[in-house]
Amino acid sequence: MPSLTGLARSKNGARPAKPYRKLRQQNNFAGYVFIFPWLFGFLAVTIIPMLLSLYLSFTRYDILSPARWVGLQNFENIFLYDYLFTQSLKVTFRYAFISVPLRLAFALFLAILLVQPRRGVGLYRTLFYVPSVFGGSIAVAVMWRQLFGTNGALNSLLMSLGLMETNFGWLTSPQTALWTLIILAVWQFGSPMLIFLAGLKQIPASLYEAAMIDGASGWQSFTRITIPMLTPIIFFNFVVQIISGFMMFTQALVITNGGPFNRTLLYILYVFRKGFTDYSMGYASALAWILLLVVGVITAVVFKTSSYWVFYEAREGE
Amino acid sequence: MAVMSRQTKKRMTKLAYHLLVFGLGFLMIYPVLWMVSGAFKTNYEILNESLKLVPNSFSLDNFRRGWQGFGRLTFAHFFRNSFVITTAATAGITLSSAMVAYAFSRLRFPGRQFFFISMMATLMLPAQVVMIPQYIIFRNLGFINTYVPLILPAWFSRAFFVFMIMQFIRGLPKELDEAAIIDGCSFYSVFYRITMPLIKPALITTIIINFYWVWDDFMGPLIYLSRPARFPVSLAIKLFADSTSTTDFGAMFAMSTLSLLPVFLIFLFFNRYLIEGISTSGLKG
Repeated sequence: MPSLTGLARSKNGARPAKPYRKLRQQNNFAGYVFIFPWLFGFLAVTIIPMLLSLYLSFTRYDILSPARWVGLQNFENIFLYDYLFTQSLKVTFRYAFISVPLRLAFALFLAILLVQPRRGVGLYRTLFYVPSVFGGSIAVAVMWRQLFGTNGALNSLLMSLGLMETNFGWLTSPQTALWTLIILAVWQFGSPMLIFLAGLKQIPASLYEAAMIDGASGWQSFTRITIPMLTPIIFFNFVVQIISGFMMFTQALVITNGGPFNRTLLYILYVFRKGFTDYSMGYASALAWILLLVVGVITAVVFKTSSYWVFYEAREGE
Repeated sequence: MAVMSRQTKKRMTKLAYHLLVFGLGFLMIYPVLWMVSGAFKTNYEILNESLKLVPNSFSLDNFRRGWQGFGRLTFAHFFRNSFVITTAATAGITLSSAMVAYAFSRLRFPGRQFFFISMMATLMLPAQVVMIPQYIIFRNLGFINTYVPLILPAWFSRAFFVFMIMQFIRGLPKELDEAAIIDGCSFYSVFYRITMPLIKPALITTIIINFYWVWDDFMGPLIYLSRPARFPVSLAIKLFADSTSTTDFGAMFAMSTLSLLPVFLIFLFFNRYLIEGISTSGLKG
């Protein structure tokens, strides 16, 4: 990352000559003034809450009475006796690892379609981005619930095509409920699509020309040039999207609220219930820390494996 | 002949391409159109003729019923609440993120590298992980049922935007700053008079993206607000969807459509900035 090396280089410069020393002191002072908002927030809404949460995870705390230290009991209960913990973890893994690859594949497919210099492409790009603009809103979640509801458009379509006789409860059937959330996630492919588009434009045309001269087919150019050249971006998108997949909450709450039979009980939804419905703040904090560790491990694994499949162009010596 | 057939072939590919892309585009946009059309349909049509997009008659009845809201609280009230929260949070995040970005990209001070790495680490830290302790802190400070927990953290800048603005500042010539400093300008006026005007596109991108996030935010209001008089639009719509045993679907669709209108208008006028912001912040650096 050039940004980091840029910072490193500027550190510990030679001691400046006298006239500049005053400027440097001003620089120091101004530096702290300008980063103050971040520094204060970093302590007040990130570091202190995280430490508090770590402490609470070893306590029993219902907000009204003072927290009581219980040692590892929360973790013991979670790992040994909590069926919903395993269930929600399973659901979340399924959700993230199905929806993210599908979403990225779809985003890449459309980016390839829309990178072609054809008439109306700009308009199409806007059109395909619209679902993502509305993405996280509650209105879309409410609409989705109706779309897949018993009287919704999907049933209406399938019945008018004669594929189904009676209405089917997509949201209430254990086999399909999670899929409605996955389809919603895939539908919001806009930002990875834009990032892929930017990446596709950076692949030098000379590579494709050379491949064409050598007689490569379109499919060969795609698998041998496009995909390898895009791997850094695929990697970036994958990490970001997996993390946000694990944090999915709003839509799950509104559309299925964990049901049927906890088949859509995503992890954050479970944390939320423990914290704000049962008021088991200590237990919920322990759950949140476990999630943080799980996401950390996944990210680390993805980073570790990246050297096998992410292709970086040889850079000039920095 | 050969020329002709090649031309027809080209035309066929072109046609196939547009059919494919347009078909997919229609499929993608269908749910949105469906919701908008639901805002005009009668409840009977919504339940029995769900698939179709053009209602029998365009009646504004749903909007009238929906706007009434709950009890004495109309949607005018909820929209005002949403605008207050969104404006205050967006102003804060834009100003503070620009300040922090300026410090990290233009000023030298001890600890800068450490702070920068710490900030980038928080980029990976999801807000949901700290929701419980944050709630406890704000509760103990007596800020439940106020907008403070929704607005104040925005004034502490946000790593995502800081990073995006930093990318932008790096592209500006440093000589401008240096010349101003030599002429006796302080760092504060350099920031205010030189950097801020030059990074306007990045600031607009920040404003738009953050507007979306705050306008759509559901978890924050859900946790911190329990009095309906304080609800933003997002919570009010959820209340609509859950309220009674027989939901007024038409009114619900009408208010959902209205709630997306500001988002849509901003997208229509500023989508260039939005698209640039997403594609550059994801790639560079």
